[in-house]
Amino acid sequence: MQFSEHWLRTMVNPALDTHQLGHAMTMAGLEVEDLVAVAPFFQHVVVAEILSADKHPDADRLQVCKVKVGEDVLQIVCGAPNARAGLKVPCALVGAQLPGISIKQAKVRGVESFGMLCSAKELGIATEANGILELPATAPVGQDIRAYFDLNDHTYTLKLTPNRADCLSILGIARDVVAMTGASLHVPQIVAATVTTTETKPVNVMAPAACPAYFGRVITQVNTQAATPDWMQRRLERSGIRSISALVDITNYVLLELGQPLHAFDLATLQGDLQVRFAAAGETLVLLNDNEVSLKSDDLVIADEKGPVALAGIMGGKPTAVSEHTQAIFLESAFFTPEVMAGKARRLNLSTDSSYRFERGVDFGHTRQALERATALVLDICGGQVGAISAVENTLPQRRQVSLRYARLVSVLGIEIGIQQVGQLLNQLGFVTTEAAGVFQVSAPTFRFDIAREEDLIEEIARLHGYDHIPALAPIAPLTMLSAPEAQRHDHAVRDLVSQQGYQEVVTYSFVDASWERDLYGNTQPIALKNPIASNLSVMRSGLWGGLLDTLSYNLNRQQSRAMLFEVGSRYHRHADGYREVLTLSGLCYGNQSPEQWGNPARAFDFYDVKAHLEALWLHPVNYVAETHPALHPGQSARLYIGERAIGWLGKLHPKWQQQYGFTQACYLFECDADAVSASKVPVYLEVSKFLPVRRDLAMVVAANVSAQAMISAVLEQQIPQVQAVKLFDVYLGKGVPENKKSLAFLVLMQDTYKTMVDEEVENITQRILEIWSTQFAATLR
Amino acid sequence: MSDLHYLIADAETSFANCLDIPALESAKAKYLGKSGALTEALKGLGKLSAEERPAAGAAINVVKQAVESTLNLRRDAILAAAQAQQLASETIDVTLPARAQSLGSLHPVTLTLRRVEALFHSIGFSVANGPEIETDFYNFTALNIPDNHPARAMHDTFYVDHGDDAMAYVLRTHTSPVQVHYMQNNTPPLKIIAPGRVYRVDSDATHSPMFHQVEGLWVDESISFANLKGVIQDFLQRFFERDDLTVRFRPSFFPFTEPSAEMDMSWNGGWLEIGGCGMVHPEVLQHVNIDSERYRGFAFGLGVERLAMLRYGVNDLRHFFNNDLRFLQQFIK
Repeated sequence: MQFSEHWLRTMVNPALDTHQLGHAMTMAGLEVEDLVAVAPFFQHVVVAEILSADKHPDADRLQVCKVKVGEDVLQIVCGAPNARAGLKVPCALVGAQLPGISIKQAKVRGVESFGMLCSAKELGIATEANGILELPATAPVGQDIRAYFDLNDHTYTLKLTPNRADCLSILGIARDVVAMTGASLHVPQIVAATVTTTETKPVNVMAPAACPAYFGRVITQVNTQAATPDWMQRRLERSGIRSISALVDITNYVLLELGQPLHAFDLATLQGDLQVRFAAAGETLVLLNDNEVSLKSDDLVIADEKGPVALAGIMGGKPTAVSEHTQAIFLESAFFTPEVMAGKARRLNLSTDSSYRFERGVDFGHTRQALERATALVLDICGGQVGAISAVENTLPQRRQVSLRYARLVSVLGIEIGIQQVGQLLNQLGFVTTEAAGVFQVSAPTFRFDIAREEDLIEEIARLHGYDHIPALAPIAPLTMLSAPEAQRHDHAVRDLVSQQGYQEVVTYSFVDASWERDLYGNTQPIALKNPIASNLSVMRSGLWGGLLDTLSYNLNRQQSRAMLFEVGSRYHRHADGYREVLTLSGLCYGNQSPEQWGNPARAFDFYDVKAHLEALWLHPVNYVAETHPALHPGQSARLYIGERAIGWLGKLHPKWQQQYGFTQACYLFECDADAVSASKVPVYLEVSKFLPVRRDLAMVVAANVSAQAMISAVLEQQIPQVQAVKLFDVYLGKGVPENKKSLAFLVLMQDTYKTMVDEEVENITQRILEIWSTQFAATLR
Repeated sequence: MSDLHYLIADAETSFANCLDIPALESAKAKYLGKSGALTEALKGLGKLSAEERPAAGAAINVVKQAVESTLNLRRDAILAAAQAQQLASETIDVTLPARAQSLGSLHPVTLTLRRVEALFHSIGFSVANGPEIETDFYNFTALNIPDNHPARAMHDTFYVDHGDDAMAYVLRTHTSPVQVHYMQNNTPPLKIIAPGRVYRVDSDATHSPMFHQVEGLWVDESISFANLKGVIQDFLQRFFERDDLTVRFRPSFFPFTEPSAEMDMSWNGGWLEIGGCGMVHPEVLQHVNIDSERYRGFAFGLGVERLAMLRYGVNDLRHFFNNDLRFLQQFIK
């Protein structure tokens, strides 16, 4: 909502300067988003009349003018070609300050000059100018130009919240300034026009609940060519509305002044009586903006005998619009309820000043007066003969009484305001109140649509009392400790564990390119957005690798050659009753295993480096099972399991995607459920053995495809009490080992908690292990 | 016997000329070996009378001890020199760079969220989470924003293509729905913060279609608007480590709080908006069956990127999502 300060001050003029008033509005909830002067600073510029303009004796392009500036006549040299005798212009006197220049007495090519005739650009009120500014012949000679153009004005731009529809007019803002400051309100006087013609247009309201009040009247013999008065143009322009024609300007003016949207029809184009009704399916209407819309059965329209002529409260129709040929109009002022207006303009992708106000609530106590106000302005400016008002009034919204308990107010705000003060603030708001035993009964006026319950009143009191006057107090509450589950790592631990291994955390978008989902996750039916911001951000990710690979690309293009990246964030899946989100840890390694340095020979990351990073995260044993994944190299990918539960993947980026991304080196990826990392345990003490452990090394020859992990698991599953650990310490292929076989060297640590193990026991256990491996893996001792 | 004294000086010279242990050992033999001068002299004692013997023996021992002492000193000196030489040969350049491993770090948004969590945790707030793909009901209706409410226009909402139009799913436009989930599943008093990703259809230099918020909620019997101001001011002063920082509350409108406020923070002589807040609307409490006569609460939402930008002096929102390593690695700490 943009408007002129001077216009506002015609209705309320508190003893506050421009900035103080702006601050007061902001702190009362009408946020001043912008405040600008309508003209830059300048002074000593007056209306002048050129009495004569003669050619400069020594310069072709200059004229020597005699200029009347009140009692005095000055000689001024002027270069503007439009300077001529009889013209009224702005004249900067000697001593004047203009934007960027100060005016001194001067000799111009040998001729004395006592001032300067000014263009609009020189005054800073226009960005371009062609010659000096020509003023109307009626401009009073000698008057200060700032007063003549009302240039000491400012425009405020308010960022209004949706609940404050009542402030979408000068009157509404003025009322709120009254509530803030206690200053008095001066509303323009509205007198009903005298009816001078018998012409009327009957109106039938077929949808009384949607349109509880409708007023309209005919005005004939209207001069549509009349010029909009300067003062009106100025106020409109300073409120951000361009002057179009007198009739349109008048409806806009009343809209801004009183907040009542109006519509003028060209009477000659209306056939028969008017109806206010819901549209019939299949009806269409060409709107003022030339769009043809197909109407739905819940669109409220104004219709004549032939069909819809306006979309009620949103926009008029093109065929019935006023034009320069219009001679008679039908002027409408109506109240359409917010309930019926809500969402309708948006459905048609429209937002008009009218629909914006009706959706939020227009003062229904003012509908007829607004029509009278507009009538008076039409008569003043365009002339005409006025017909009687066609009025249809049904049941208007009722303003329920709302109770406000003073005690409740104090407890919600945490501050005593004083019962007297509360009553006064409610009165300043124009609310009708009674009070008994600390309880106010309040009726909100017709322009307030946001007062339905006690909290609404508490908010009103709070904002007028001033949030600044409410102290900042520490709450008083019982001190109780928070729970601290020890078998659960803190959420932070996951990120800390990964970043401490050298990974850099990144944050990428949750919506990704559909091709990433298809290529990397084989997901051809991703969760799509109806209104994505861009086609490459159109589906929800079912994994985080796309974002990581994209981040890698971005950085490789910026001279990085190595990266370790990770992200913790949700991945999204469909689910029987909606959607499921799984907090996921994903990582990527690219380039050399260590940063470039002198101390270690350079080598690229490999599978086992990244596996080591993962191993540092788990507190529960994780099985790595060779399985394939669309994103990964089929021979270098593992699915991760804790027991039966699949928790993620580890592998090398498939060479075809590596090539597609243009990566020169291999890239390793992992992804797992974050809760697999955060599961921890409360340690339980076990007796420490006093006896020395026994170590047996067993080199086994097995088929090349046998999993070492499986061999270890097979032994551990037997839960032989004395077996403390089974570890692989060597892998050998080559001379001495048959083709398609490999040699795996394990160490087995055995220990008894309560006694020294005898050779026989050690031998028995060793045999048992060899038997397990022999039967399950066809393993032989090397 | 006094003629043996010359051996002391003689041995000193002889030992001093030895440069290593083998040379010293063979030089030692001349004095202390089986047929060394002092050994011979001791053997000769037997030829003396019983009266002469003790004095002569003592004289020889004096000399012997002196020679042995000289020998030991020289031995220690040789060993020390050898060790010094060994150490000198093992000297390395301690200024060479360490055998480097990469340094990882956390994203500045994570750092900021942690700071927020830690500060609120210190006064007993716990962390709650909720879904990002949210039903229209939780994102709007349960927060007192019915269909077609003009407030919906304040949120440029991403809609999920659910196939079935009867059930509308959105990407949550704020973290406020977590309030509703939490209140449905817990009974007052309630004291939570809910950090997370939120989404708006908006993308330019100062808006990202995805960003982070922290929602805060405290519901109890005696919570007031003054307490809301107190907690927010305390938080901001601690977060920025500035006791002189002041907070300004401006009346505003959110359908799910009343009274509502925008929070401004004093910064470089001006005011900066850092979030919205207010007293939880009774309608919202009623939705989750909390007695709004008995309980009141406040709620607030803070922009995490805004806090991060101010805290770390980041001048462009887009840095947070470009993930340029040269940017991110400035946050190693």
